[in-house]
Formats: sequence, C-alpha cells, structure tokens
Amino acid sequence: MSEKAVSEPQHDTYPDSYIRAILDDVKTIAMVGASPNTVRPSYFVLKYMLSKGYEVFPINPGHAGKEILGQTVYASLADVPSPIDMVDIFRNSDAALAVTQEALQLSPLPKVIWMQLSVTNEEAAKLAEAAGVRVVMNRCPKIEYGRLSGEIGWTGVNSRTLSAKRPALKGGFQHRGLRKD
Amino acid sequence: MSDRIPGFSTLAIHAGAQPDPSTGARVTPIYQTTSFVFDDVDHAASLFGLQAFGNIYTRITNPTTAVLEERVAALEGGTAALAVASGHSAQLLAFHTMMTPGDNIVAANKLYGGSINQLNHSFKSFGWEVKWADANDPESFAALIDDRTRAIFIESLANPGGVVVDLEAISKVAKAHNVPLVVDNTLATPYLCRPIEHGADIVLHSLTKFMGGHGNSMGGVIVDGGSYDWSSTDRYPMLSKPRPEYSGMVLHETFGNFAFAIACRVLGLRDLGPAISPMNSFMILTGIETLPLRMQRHSDNALKVAQHLAGHDKVAWVSYAGLPSDANHERQQKYMPKGAGAVFTFGVKGGYEAGVALVSNCQILSHLANIGDTRSLIIHPASTTHRQLTDEQKTAAGAGPDVVRLSIGLEDAEDIIADLDQALASV
Ligand SMILES: Cc1ncc(COP(=O)(O)O)c(C=O)c1O
Repeated sequence: MSEKAVSEPQHDTYPDSYIRAILDDVKTIAMVGASPNTVRPSYFVLKYMLSKGYEVFPINPGHAGKEILGQTVYASLADVPSPIDMVDIFRNSDAALAVTQEALQLSPLPKVIWMQLSVTNEEAAKLAEAAGVRVVMNRCPKIEYGRLSGEIGWTGVNSRTLSAKRPALKGGFQHRGLRKD
Repeated sequence: MSDRIPGFSTLAIHAGAQPDPSTGARVTPIYQTTSFVFDDVDHAASLFGLQAFGNIYTRITNPTTAVLEERVAALEGGTAALAVASGHSAQLLAFHTMMTPGDNIVAANKLYGGSINQLNHSFKSFGWEVKWADANDPESFAALIDDRTRAIFIESLANPGGVVVDLEAISKVAKAHNVPLVVDNTLATPYLCRPIEHGADIVLHSLTKFMGGHGNSMGGVIVDGGSYDWSSTDRYPMLSKPRPEYSGMVLHETFGNFAFAIACRVLGLRDLGPAISPMNSFMILTGIETLPLRMQRHSDNALKVAQHLAGHDKVAWVSYAGLPSDANHERQQKYMPKGAGAVFTFGVKGGYEAGVALVSNCQILSHLANIGDTRSLIIHPASTTHRQLTDEQKTAAGAGPDVVRLSIGLEDAEDIIADLDQALASV
C-alpha cells in the first residue's frame, strides 16, 4: 500500500493495513457512550477490547464514578487521568462532532478518533485530520480486530483477509491476536 | 499482507484457511470433536452471551466447518455464511429466521423437486405458506406479494429444466416491495454466477453437489449478502426485536451486516440442530479448492454432449442453456457467461420404454438420483423420482415420459458421448 493511502484514507473503504496499524499502535481507548447493560453492543466491545489487552476507559456521565467490567466510568474525556490513544464514539452521528471537538482539546492529543458502525460525521473527520489525528468511521473495533486476527472466521464471517502465515496466539485456549505476545 | 483483492481461484484455495494456529498444519485439520474447553468461567459466559468469538459445541460452531463457511462467503461475495447438514436444512434454517405462522414465501415454479415438496408440504405444518410464481416472468412475482410475504425464493439456474432466471429483474421486484431475495445457487456455483452481484440478499447451496463435487458428502450453506435492512420493518422479529434467548439482545443492531447468518446459527441451528459433520466440511473444502477447474470442465463437457445429442436421430429435443438455439441462452450469456453448468435434460424418441432402456444400457454414466459428481450421471425421472405422479403431473413438472436428465462429469467428453451413443443405439 502506498504512503498516500495511509495519510488520506477514503472513508468508505479503509485498507486493512490502515486499520491494522491503528489497532497495533493504540494501547488505551476511551469509549464514549459505554453502557453497563450487558446486551448492548458497547458492552460487548468494551469486554472484547479489554480481553485483548487494551486499557479501556468507559465515558458515560450517567454512570460516572461507577464501574463497568471493573473499569471506572468517567463523566467526560477530560476527566480521564491518563493519556488516551483512541476515542471510540458510541453515540449518534450528530453527537460525534461535539465528542470530536472535546477530544481535540485533550493534551496529549489522541492518535485516533474512531466512530462506531453506523456513526459518520464528515465535519468531525475533517477537524480531526486537520489536527493530524487519524479517523475511522462506520466501523467496529471488535469486528475489525476479530477480522484481522482471524477470530471472526470462527463464526463464519468473511474476514476478507488471506494469509499463509500461522496466526498469532494470545494466552488462553481460544484467543488470537494481531501479533505474537 | 497487501491490500490487493484476490481472484476467485485464489479465494477457492485460501479463503478462511490460515495454517492451524496451534500446530502449523497447512491443510485445515478435521476438528472431530463435539466440544471445546473454556479458559475459565468468564470466558464461557462471554461465549454463551455471544460477546466473544470462539467455539463451545460443534452443533453451533466448529473450526473445520468455520473455514468452509468463510470460504463460501468469500466466493459468493457475502459478509458471512453458515454451513449445515444438507441443502434442505439450509433452506429450513434460512426461512425459519424470516417466517412466522401465516407468513408466505413467493417462490419460482421452477425449483428442484425436493424443494417444491419442502415448501408445499413440510413448511405447511409450520404455518408457512407458499405462492408459486412463473420463473420466466418477474412481474408474476410482484403480483403475488402481499403484506405477509417474507421472502422471494428462486434458483439461479433451475434443476433440472435449465431455466436461467432474470436475477436483476426479480431483484428489482424484491427491492420495490422491500422483501429479501433468496437464491439457491447450487447448479451454477459462484464460479459461474454470483447472485449477490445481481441483487440477491441471501444465497443458499446444496454443497452436496458441485461445491463438494465428488459425490461423497452431504452439506448445505446459507450465505448472508449483508444487503437487506432487517430493521426497516417489524417483519423480522428474530433480527430486529430483543431476543429472550439472549437476555434481550437485538441481533441486527449487534451484528450489523452479518446478523442474518448469526441469527440462522444462534437461533436456528442452535435450536433445530442440523449441524454438518466436521469430516464432511473437510471433504467439501477439499472439493472447493478445485471448483474453478471442475466447473469449467463440467460446462465444457456438457456443451459438447448437448451439441452431440442435439444432432442425434434418436433425440427429439435438448434443453441446455449453453446451446445458442436455447430459449435461455441469452440470459445464460448475461448471468453465467463462462458456461451453462453440467445438468440438462433431453427427450428420447420412443417415450417411457426408450427412457428406461437408455438408462439401463449405459456403461459409464451412472444411473442414480444425484447431480454434481466427478462422474457422469443419468436418470429417467418418470420411472424413478417422479414415478408416483400422474402423466399430466409428470409433464407439468418437466418429467414427462421421454425426459432424461444428465449431470455431465469430468471424464473425457468423447467417452461420455460414446457411451450415450451405444446406449441409444439399442433403444
Ligand atoms: C438445486 C437444489 N437445491 C437443493 C437441493 C437439496 O440439497 P440436499 O440434497 O443437500 O439437501 C438439491 C438437491 O438435489 C438441489 O439440486
């Protein structure tokens, strides 16, 4: 893949290498709109990303001070006590702009603004990219991690990846990773 | 890995099949086990709650079968797939996910006879109705759709009549009425035709036939095209409503554009149970690796045999979409230009007795009730599969007294032709 494609992603078709680089690079994720309800998609994603070794900070003003899956919930991005590599937006497309503006006030800046499946906001994307922050829209990090690690194939999902290399395993019996650890 | 989009033959060999993570085995191992250990209680809870990817029990997922599923999803251009015990159980699970009692399916009148039985009789006891449309007339589907219609069901290349349906016209009707289009692609296989590219929402296969290709294993598959919006109406509660089976989870919201395949698995396969054996998944996977080579040879051989029979003085007619004179040829050129497949029918002069004599005289063609084998197969429906019908019913079903069905195999075309010639010589 060319360098150009890395710096100027097309927001309807991200190259796998772009997504993989993000998931490799990021260590901490703030999840805006995280829910304590165990059947909500945000809960699934939070649980999955924790199991893959990411540190995840749930953001939800209605539950601030409580815990989800053992993680303290914060009212806002600014309240998170340590640097945030990626802001994962589990809000509707309109709300994504304000969340992005808030994220761009952080110091240090996050490396990535990620909007969940069905969430897109071009204005937010432009703002973030102008600040040198990578953007992913209308994708789910759990699905992308499962796809690129090959785990999602266990459920018959088309990962759209081919490889003659042995997949990387993580600790435990049924855990794949993006790299050997 | 590069971001290049692989071609069909590469996908047929590689899709879904990385080396085995624990042993490095290059060929997908046969995971002949019923169950899988959990890491711990929390891991088990995540798996049962659908929060983690992984294996619990082979009725629901199996690593060998998963490779087959991803392989077929990739070949069809779908988002996900579910492999099951047979083509018929794929149909059962796909419709189970869409239907409630009193709902109906608008189906093409040109389908495999077993599917006509399934829809006409077995599905009735679930309260699922069927309305039969003219496979050759897209408008006839539109005329039958009502507010209880949950799906349109067709075969891309119908067994055995060789009808090539107008996928794009029927897909237009489906979209205009916001009803998903379900296509059985068994006879064409994705090598010859990819229905999702022509507007199908769900693709089904009997993997027993050309996908496995060697006449050794039963199997079926449901491919999710990822294109239908299950939440656009209240008609598909398995996808759009909170499910009591999973503490109120909404499957479409949770799994997005592969929710249909997940619903067929975690509601249909889990509870109705027609799982494919890992051994069969392995056999079918091995078959699929050569699908492009085989389907081309099947089609090339079938065309040679059809051309020969069309000029034979004991043959009254030949119905094969690959022949330029055939009524379906134009649509074949549009939807499956690489070939018209292996299966076709012809009429032998001399009627019922001649048909019986012909199948008995064959030495290389096998007299049996299957299609899609490396071996060439022959059957006289009037004396076998359609025996119980009246003459009028036989003719209506395309199984009149003179009809002979062939599934042309991968032998030398000259030998198939010579066998048919000697068999016809003494009828
Ligand atoms: C077009 C078609 N669909 C479905 C089926 C049913 O598949 P199975 O026999 O694997 O249940 C068949 C079997 O002949 C078929 O030809």
